[in-house]
Amino acid sequence: MLTKRIIACLDVNGGRVVKGVQFLNLKDAGDPADLAEAHSAAGADEIVLLDISATAEKRATLLDTVRRTAQRLFIPFTVGGGIRSLRDAAAVFDSGADKVSINSAALSDPGLISCIADRFGSQAVIVAIDAKRKDNDGYEVFSRGGRTATGRDACAWAKEAESRGAGEILLTSMDRDGTGAGFDCELTRVISDSVRIPVIASGGAGSAEHFITIFREGHADAALAASILHYGLTEIAELKQTLAQAGVPMRWPC
Amino acid sequence: MNIAIVDYGAGNLASVKKAFDALGTDSLITSDPGQIASADKIVVPGVGHFATTAALNITGARKAVEDAIACGKSVLGICLGMQWMFQSSSEASEVEGLGLFSGECKRFPEDVKAPHVGWNELAVSPASRLFSGIAQGAFVYFTHSYRAPIVEQTVATCEYGGVFSAAVEQGHVFGVQFHPEKSGAVGRKLLENFCGLPC
Repeated sequence: MLTKRIIACLDVNGGRVVKGVQFLNLKDAGDPADLAEAHSAAGADEIVLLDISATAEKRATLLDTVRRTAQRLFIPFTVGGGIRSLRDAAAVFDSGADKVSINSAALSDPGLISCIADRFGSQAVIVAIDAKRKDNDGYEVFSRGGRTATGRDACAWAKEAESRGAGEILLTSMDRDGTGAGFDCELTRVISDSVRIPVIASGGAGSAEHFITIFREGHADAALAASILHYGLTEIAELKQTLAQAGVPMRWPC
Repeated sequence: MNIAIVDYGAGNLASVKKAFDALGTDSLITSDPGQIASADKIVVPGVGHFATTAALNITGARKAVEDAIACGKSVLGICLGMQWMFQSSSEASEVEGLGLFSGECKRFPEDVKAPHVGWNELAVSPASRLFSGIAQGAFVYFTHSYRAPIVEQTVATCEYGGVFSAAVEQGHVFGVQFHPEKSGAVGRKLLENFCGLPC
């Protein structure tokens, strides 16, 4: 049976992994290549490296970081953050990434999705969507790291991304992100049920129970574990073991 | 020993090379028929659209691979490279596969999401040389929207929207639908088995 994936996410700034709560109080958490390898050994099914560098100067070190990390990984490896063109994507693939995650650039130029998919295949393109619950009904898409409201409906955008060649959707609930209160099950289920490509749930994970719920009730195909992993590397092994025992299909032991 | 990784513009070949590097096996990424012909073993990797395999005909790589098989060299097709070893794919029915295995690759049925992305378990034939030492139910990483039919030479199957061929093997010709270079320790063992076959 196809297993549900637990994807470890590393936020990288200027070549170092950082951790903090909602981008505040960033602390150095180590070398990306070291941490990625440790997560892989602990059972992570994939690694996502998210570049949160605010300056071009710090961003320049990204490709070197990607290269060093890819060199030590033998599981799928995705890179996101600041990829704005086919050229940016190609550079990241050349450095060893298997997939790219694009967000704001896809919103301002949806043609970028098919542009990258045509060249590198749909399996290599993840469209990341940051969504926030609307007052009345539905979910709105935000760009630029959650700073700019786009007026777009999350469900419609997910479908458009699929039709343009996205291979997966990385769906982040802005309402839940960083809260530890659990994934947004309703958002994830609505999106997952309306597209025919896998959906990765993100934002709000605080316990193993939250992962069980997002797979069972949220219909997620994969879930991103970011801040939950900051409390200790062994947690990914414990998390997968707990999920496997609860009957969620997991690659475990691995 | 030297392995030729056939380049025909279909995806991330560097990760395949990296996996051989980690095993300490020399390999080179090439589209040159001469280099393919002089290699001890050949890997045909690839992700993406079946139509891209048409490039193998243009570059002369197809002939080089066919000649290598005829003279008994071990060849491993990965993902699209495995599908190319079948007769055809409904993804690009005008493009002719190698026809080493019979049948057509077809899209997953509508009732499951496609692509089939993630770690899925294998039912492995104990007689397979490629899977020697790999446990029944081992997990490997897949990413594909089309799948190959079950044939006489199927040595591993996987279940997703029905059962399909996860690996085929006939003599010294091997094909795997999943990505051993992305399948952690299991994938490493499989590539090690391939490297260990007599030249």
